[in-house]
Order: sequence, then C-alpha cells, then structure tokens
Amino acid sequence: MKICITSKGNSLDSPAERSFGRSPYFIIVDDETGEEKSIANENVDATGGVGPKSAQLLINNDVNVLITGQMGGNAQRAVEVSGIEVYQYKDGGSVREALNLYKEGNLEKIL
Amino acid sequence: MKIVVASGKGGTGKSTLSANFSYVISGNRDVVLVDCDVEEPNLHLFFEEKGKESIVTLPIPVIDENKCDFCGKCGEFCQYGAITVLKDQVMVLQNLCHSCGGCLIVCPNDAISEVPKTIGVLWDAQIDSNLRLITGVLNEGEANGIEIIKTVKRLSESSPLVIYDSSPGTACPVIETVEGADFCILVTESTPFGLHDLKLAAEVVKKIGVPSGVVINRSDGSDNETEEFCRENDLEILLKIPFDREIAAIQNRGELFSVYYPDWQKQFTDLLDHIESLCGGNR
Ligand code: SF4
Ligand code: SF4
Repeated sequence: MKICITSKGNSLDSPAERSFGRSPYFIIVDDETGEEKSIANENVDATGGVGPKSAQLLINNDVNVLITGQMGGNAQRAVEVSGIEVYQYKDGGSVREALNLYKEGNLEKIL
Repeated sequence: MKIVVASGKGGTGKSTLSANFSYVISGNRDVVLVDCDVEEPNLHLFFEEKGKESIVTLPIPVIDENKCDFCGKCGEFCQYGAITVLKDQVMVLQNLCHSCGGCLIVCPNDAISEVPKTIGVLWDAQIDSNLRLITGVLNEGEANGIEIIKTVKRLSESSPLVIYDSSPGTACPVIETVEGADFCILVTESTPFGLHDLKLAAEVVKKIGVPSGVVINRSDGSDNETEEFCRENDLEILLKIPFDREIAAIQNRGELFSVYYPDWQKQFTDLLDHIESLCGGNR
C-alpha cells in the first residue's frame, strides 16, 4: 500500500505540510517494500486547479492513502472518486511523525 | 464613446455615480448603461427594472468513455485542473473549466465533445426611450465572470455612448471591463483607505493605457492628500460630490439623487462634455 504525506521538504524528516494542493513536496512511502520517494510539486505556483492537479499526481503514482492538513473542495471531489483515503495531520511535526501516528491508528479519517 | 466607472474598492458609491450620470446624460443622448459587476449587479435596483432575460452558456467537455482509453493527455493539458483521469473514469470539474477547447484538440481518440452549460444570465432593459440597461449576472458558484463581461460588452459594442459600471477592485474582471474603453472614471472617497485603493486602481488603468480622471464621492472637504496624489500623477479631479444628508437620504430610499437636483443634472452633463473634449471630441 502506498501512503503519501504532504511535506515542506524532500525527506521523511522534513516538516509535514498542512495544505494539499500547494504542498511543496509529496513523500510517498510503500509500506510493503519500504520504498520511499519524494516528488516536487510542479503546481505550487500555478494559478488555478492546484488541488485536482495534485490529486492527479497521486492517482498517477497509485497512492492509496493520503495524509494532509486540509483540502479544498475541488481536490476533495477528485480524490473522492479515485478511492484514495484521506487522513488529517495538522500539527507541526515531521513527515515521519505523521506517518507513525497514522500507522498507530491515531489520525482522523476525513475522506 | 465608452466610459468605464471603476473604483479600487467597494462602497465608494461607484454604482450611484454610474446610475445618476447615465440617467442625466440620457436626457438628450442615447445611452447604454452596462452593469459589469456580474457577481453583485445592483444598477437595476435604481431603475426597478430587469428587462428581458437570456441565458449565457459556455461549452464544457463531456467524455465518451467508450472511445476513451484513459491515456491522461486531456488532464495533463488542462492548465486549470478541470480534468482528472482515473484508471477507468474521466472526471470533469465543470466549475474549473475555462472552455478553452484544448482538451478536445489533444485527445488522440476523439473521445471529447462539448455541451453547453449555463453560467449566468443577461438582463436587457429599455428604461426609457434613451436609456438602455444591460446587466450581466454570474450564477452563484461559477468562476467565469469574465465570459459574462465579454458577452455584455459585445452586446453594447455598437452603441455610440456606453457607460460600463465595473466591479470594484483591481482583479481580472476590472481589467476585462476597462480594456478597449476610451476613458475611465475612478471613484474614490475622502478616507485614507479610499486613497490607498485609488492608487491601486489608477495604476492598473494606466497600465492598460486608458486615460482616466477622478471623482471624489461623499467628500468631507478635506481631500488634500487625494488632491496631491492626483496632481503628482496627472489625474484630473473631474468632480467632487460633497457628503450631504439629503443626498444620502434619497439614496437610502434607493432613488437617484440627480432627479431632485437640477444643479447636479448640469454637473453630470458638463462632466460628459468635459470627458468627450478630453478624448478629442464626439466619437
Ligand atoms: S476546455 Fe480547456 S479548461 Fe475546459 S477542461 Fe478542456 S482543457 Fe480544461
Ligand atoms: S485524452 Fe481522450 S482518450 Fe485520453 S484520457 Fe482524455 S478523453 Fe480519454
């Protein structure tokens, strides 16, 4: 299963990012293979549609679970049909902390 | 002659000026007044008439999933994020679509066609023999106000004298309204905020290359800073409308104050003459 966390930087130790569409990086972790990668968000400065574009990026990368702080309506609609589950992490900790909280079942599912 | 009435922010009395100005000059000229504040049109309230309604539509893509192989090209192309391509489904977020038609062109499988979607309406009212009011109304939740502005502008294009009431601020709809005009009246009021917003608006209008002048509304008589700004920037103060309880009371009733004041009728007629002479005579 692939888990994506929105992030301010390109590693597991970077601070988690609250916003989805304009998140600078997406960290994707495969919890079966242990593989991890970071993808820089090309849409950070785009004028519109950043939410759905970022959703498309998750879909293209076969992401199953998303951990982020908040999500706009357009992004929600795109993510909803894709079947990706969304969990909320709003505190200022690292990507790793957010991921651990998710694994422990301590994050709220928002979609 | 196309004159835009604009202001850097809401609440300066821009609509009041547009309505009174148009009403007065329609006394002896054919005037088309166009409400371009499509998210919150209000000029019809002064004239108590909306007129004939017609629908404004935009083409929106629909996907034939029998022809589509979910290659993702349309989604990649769309710079507005309006198309999301899933493994076995293509989703169009209609409210984000700008109807550019690009996805139709890039689809290798000819799977995309267009259907009209209603984004708003037009009201076209003949208020009296010389005054016509055209109003653009964007439906709630729609983002594409620019298209409505383009439509109302097209409708009024061939008329010899048009007054465009712009939306407040300095964003895209204002730029769309000002472009192609002969002159822009910037409405401001005697407050520090008023001046700040006037500066922004004046700058935008200057960049577009449309000559402009200033009307100070609800003037409290101490407009030194505004006057100084106008002097420094070669902006003429065309008119000052003083703060006046009686004028305010008339407006609160939703009426046109110029109906009651012959003196203001002359001022507005002179304003038009003056603007026309600034723009090099009647056009
Ligand atoms: S018409 Fe243009 S804006 Fe609309 S979905 Fe297609 S590419 Fe995007
Ligand atoms: S470009 Fe055409 S074929 Fe490809 S996903 Fe879009 S609609 Fe389907």
